[in-house]
Amino acid sequence: MPDANTSPLLRLDALTIAFSGTTVVDGLSLSVHRGETLALVGESGSGKSVTALGAMNLLPDNARVEGGRTLGESDLAHLKPRDWQGLRGGRVGFIFQEPMTSLNPLHTVARQIGETLRLHQGLSGRAARERVRELLVQVKLPRPDELLDAWPHQLSGGQRQRVMIAMAIANEPELLIADEPTTALDVTVQREILALLAELRDRHGMGMLFITHDLNLVRRHADRVCVLYQGREQETGSVKAVFGSPQSPYTRTLLDAEPEGRPQPIQRVKPLLSAQQFSVSFQRPKRLFAKRPPAFEALKPLDLYLAPGETLGIVGESGSGKTTLALALLRLVESKGEVIFGGERLDTLSGAALRRKRRRIQVVFQDPYGSLSPRLPVVEIVSEGLRFHYPELDENEVRSRVKATLREVGLPEDCASRYPHEFSGGQRQRVAVARAIILEPELLILDEPTSALDRTVQKQLVDLLRNLQARRGLSYLFISHDLAVVRAIAHRIMVLKEGELIEQGECLKVLSEPATEYTRALVTAAGLSPYAA
Amino acid sequence: MAHNAQSSSRLSPIAQRRLAVFRGNRRAWISLWIFLFLFALSLIAELIANDKPLVMRYDGQWYAPLLVDYPETEFGGFLPTTADYHDPFVKEQIDAHGWALWPLIPFSYQTLDMQMMQPSPAPPDGRHWLGTDDQGRDVLARVIYGFRLSVAFALVLTAGSLAMGVLIGGIQGYFGGKTDLIGQRLTEIWSGLPVLFLLIILASFVQPGFWWLLGIMLVFSWLGLVDVVRAEFLRARNLEYVRAAKAMGLTPRLIMWRHVLPNAMVATLTFVPFLFTGAITTLTALDFLGFGLPPGSPSLGELVAQGKNNLHAPWLGITAFISLSLMLSLLVFIGEGLRDAFDPRHIQQTATPLPRNNANA
Repeated sequence: MPDANTSPLLRLDALTIAFSGTTVVDGLSLSVHRGETLALVGESGSGKSVTALGAMNLLPDNARVEGGRTLGESDLAHLKPRDWQGLRGGRVGFIFQEPMTSLNPLHTVARQIGETLRLHQGLSGRAARERVRELLVQVKLPRPDELLDAWPHQLSGGQRQRVMIAMAIANEPELLIADEPTTALDVTVQREILALLAELRDRHGMGMLFITHDLNLVRRHADRVCVLYQGREQETGSVKAVFGSPQSPYTRTLLDAEPEGRPQPIQRVKPLLSAQQFSVSFQRPKRLFAKRPPAFEALKPLDLYLAPGETLGIVGESGSGKTTLALALLRLVESKGEVIFGGERLDTLSGAALRRKRRRIQVVFQDPYGSLSPRLPVVEIVSEGLRFHYPELDENEVRSRVKATLREVGLPEDCASRYPHEFSGGQRQRVAVARAIILEPELLILDEPTSALDRTVQKQLVDLLRNLQARRGLSYLFISHDLAVVRAIAHRIMVLKEGELIEQGECLKVLSEPATEYTRALVTAAGLSPYAA
Repeated sequence: MAHNAQSSSRLSPIAQRRLAVFRGNRRAWISLWIFLFLFALSLIAELIANDKPLVMRYDGQWYAPLLVDYPETEFGGFLPTTADYHDPFVKEQIDAHGWALWPLIPFSYQTLDMQMMQPSPAPPDGRHWLGTDDQGRDVLARVIYGFRLSVAFALVLTAGSLAMGVLIGGIQGYFGGKTDLIGQRLTEIWSGLPVLFLLIILASFVQPGFWWLLGIMLVFSWLGLVDVVRAEFLRARNLEYVRAAKAMGLTPRLIMWRHVLPNAMVATLTFVPFLFTGAITTLTALDFLGFGLPPGSPSLGELVAQGKNNLHAPWLGITAFISLSLMLSLLVFIGEGLRDAFDPRHIQQTATPLPRNNANA
């Protein structure tokens, strides 16, 4: 626990970072003590990562870093390149966000971790291997002897992150910088990793700078918190103080950004969509002269139905078959089983008949950066389906409908001629929603539409979706791993695990009284604040 | 791309940035202008190097020999054949009855100079600025026409290969699976055919003209593009905006045209300048070997061959070398500039769009 009397381990004094004239971090002061976790919180673009990278001189040449920075006794502002090399990886350990890309795919685990040992401690050969094994045990990787010679692609995301942590603590650093260490991981894994980090911190007496956008994690895993907004410090203090009585208005907005409210209740009539024994399996490749291995069941047979105006939430961790379900219902991947949509068989249609039907089922994808064609202006993106399905509409009619739809999703009028890259993530997601609803579909499939967005933006999008549903009587199939968002929008939920439906029912009931162990773990890990009716 | 241009009058920001990068590369930018200037000049070769006067006045009447064939009898001759304006008798008649405005170089690429003081090949002098070749034809005139022919050939060939390569590569990449597998094997077999031998065999039973050569080369030159286009389409077909377009019910043709192609064009376009230089080099090589354009055509390859056969007339070889190396260097510089301009790493430095993962970096 922090001790105010000892001198801080890391101290930043009026740190200012500018990229070719644009100031990104403005006069930030903070300190990290031994044995404590300081969380640096803010939305994307607020300068959290830049602060950490700038303090450690890891920014490109066009960045200007000013202000005092000290680590223990060393003055970081006047350090020679040679000393930096000894410091990074030695006295300071880093954990980055992307476990998929931060390990070199061509080196085994033992070699990657061994490299830092060789550089900083001069260990090699058997001694290094022994130490690596020890580290793997410390980060609680199963089967450490086998994993020593594993390649990164053989590990899951959580395991890779553990390897990253092993690399970071290999030289027993004084300071550990964890930049969104769990953002790419499932919630249950997230919890384990953060618990591990806390344990290691206490055992080695490290200071930890924990960079995140997720307030839930801060609440549970940090001692003190520093809130950043557009490169300026908003508020610093103990977690209890900041969360209990936030001083700055921005912190208050952040804290209020938890999606709340509930969708309007509906009467269930005849289902709009129903599927019986719906399943998806992928064939594994066949080797020459070998028997074809059994197909991989991405989605085991399940039944589902959806009433008009209803939202069905699909919940589960990565690899549970959520997206496969969406793509299969859209007929974008092959599936088995009977699907009835609006009183007609959907699974037997093909060619032009299927294309006509597609108008009535639309989709919004997860990645707001990848789901809009970068070379078309917004008006083209939104009007494309309209022009295809209603070739009889004249130019004026198309334009006015595009305008009306953009207004409906809350985008400014003048955005029609702009290109996707000129928009923020949340705005792009609105464009994607506009593209879907302009065709007046009856069912909208939303595949993790909020997971790439900041909390405050998520809340706005959820509000928008609820409004659209109330106004147009849309049915949603809402896929998400984020239970807070799901609770705010879904009437019913289905919980998937490894392609299997393990639980379903009324949303609030499932979340408050989960029937299975797995769902209970999900709910606990999500740390939902209690629902105020 | 065409559709893009229609739907938005202004250039997209990405295109603007690329243009800026290209202009920033001074070598490429200057090369482009020099090349365009030379090509524009060669397009009006008839006005620069011709064995007919541009306009003339004879007996108080206007004549335009460039556009109309006049019989010799018109100018006091005896034969009803097309007038030869280099004939001393016709010249005398014109001088006596009026005047004639000659082009800068009074010889066309196939004019045999009958009034030479020296045996051909004649060295450069005031009459033939770059000398004559071994048949008494003006070298400069042949270079100008030859340049035009080479560039025209390369342009048509590149456009044709681009169309075929994008079509075939696109279909393979977009549909993938069996289409791709079979298509790839077929292109592999096809690319195993020896092009040069086919041309040599062809030359033995037809006289290959411009279009014949073009056709044969076109059948093989698209192969290089297929891999690039196919890879781009394979990558793009699983992107979310392509899936969204599929979910919207668009036909595969429309999706490929509007969503996949514009994004695949970058990799393809960087390939084009090098396809272009390749086409010129191949044509020159074939002409040099004698399997190219029919005898008498203005061709740089034939000039190289003449230089080799007449080592005592170095102006032939030197002219061929300089004109070819100039043209190819300009094209390579332009190609490099284009490639750098389309290089996303170059773009990133000034770009506004931040990838999601770096958004907070």
